[in-house]
Amino acid sequence: MTIAQIIFIAISAITVIASILVVASRNLVHAALWLVLSLAGVAVLFVLLQASFLAVVQVVIYIGAIAILIIFAVMLTRRVMRETKPQVNRYWWIGALAALLLFVTLVVILNQVPSAASSVSELPLPEEDLLSMLGTALVDVDGFVLPFEVASVLLLAALIGSLVIARPIKLDAEEGDEA
Amino acid sequence: MFGEAHMHDQWIFVAFFLPIGFIAAAVPIIAARILGPRKPNPVKLSTYECGVETVGDTWVQFKVQYYVFALIFVIFDVEAVFLFPWAVAYNQLQLYMVLEGVLFILILAAGLFYVWRKGALEWS
Repeated sequence: MTIAQIIFIAISAITVIASILVVASRNLVHAALWLVLSLAGVAVLFVLLQASFLAVVQVVIYIGAIAILIIFAVMLTRRVMRETKPQVNRYWWIGALAALLLFVTLVVILNQVPSAASSVSELPLPEEDLLSMLGTALVDVDGFVLPFEVASVLLLAALIGSLVIARPIKLDAEEGDEA
Repeated sequence: MFGEAHMHDQWIFVAFFLPIGFIAAAVPIIAARILGPRKPNPVKLSTYECGVETVGDTWVQFKVQYYVFALIFVIFDVEAVFLFPWAVAYNQLQLYMVLEGVLFILILAAGLFYVWRKGALEWS
């Protein structure tokens, strides 16, 4: 076994164990913290796949923002935070079935990948060049400039929508006073 | 597989610092466990907070505004991810390409302006 394989197995084990603890923890805050560890493990897997940019994105967005958002959401609701509920309800078998179906599908798809394509090969270019190529493609007229700008509008819509939904009621009342 | 070690060069430092970080945090705790004498009494075991008596519960409820700020943060976090490759490629871009990135920023700046005018950034 090579060093990279040992690291891969260790990181995968940490990721899987943390993922199991996410659904097994009785305390929601603890589950959210285990989720952070699980996401960090995925970030390391990205590094092992030479996808440094994706690894940084994983840390910045999923750990830095999404996980924190989840923790905030849990801590906002006092009742949910304190209660330790059982991990299963009567629909548990539907979730288990869906997970099993997904697993089988993934195994079938992975088996169809030719073994030559699944072996490790060097990147055609250094990562930095690939990243700057991505940057050029994002704003190139022949590339992805339209999706790039649409993404901006989508983010704007998400920003306004989230604010409309999440705005405290008190602010609305103040605005009503002004009007 | 050492032949491909060079491609992870930039991450080897992280790989070294990560265990050091954990060890640096663990050593004082474990050393205190081993070295410290343990003669507990109720006063010693009581919770303290810089000498002041603790107030209320450890699991405090957050203000809703934290959540609003976190939501806004997520949006601009994603914006940063889009802009990062654009900024890396900056030297190879033509002027109109740079302006497209500026347009991207301006569209979201309008969102920031909306949030600001709506008073969601005020801490009440």
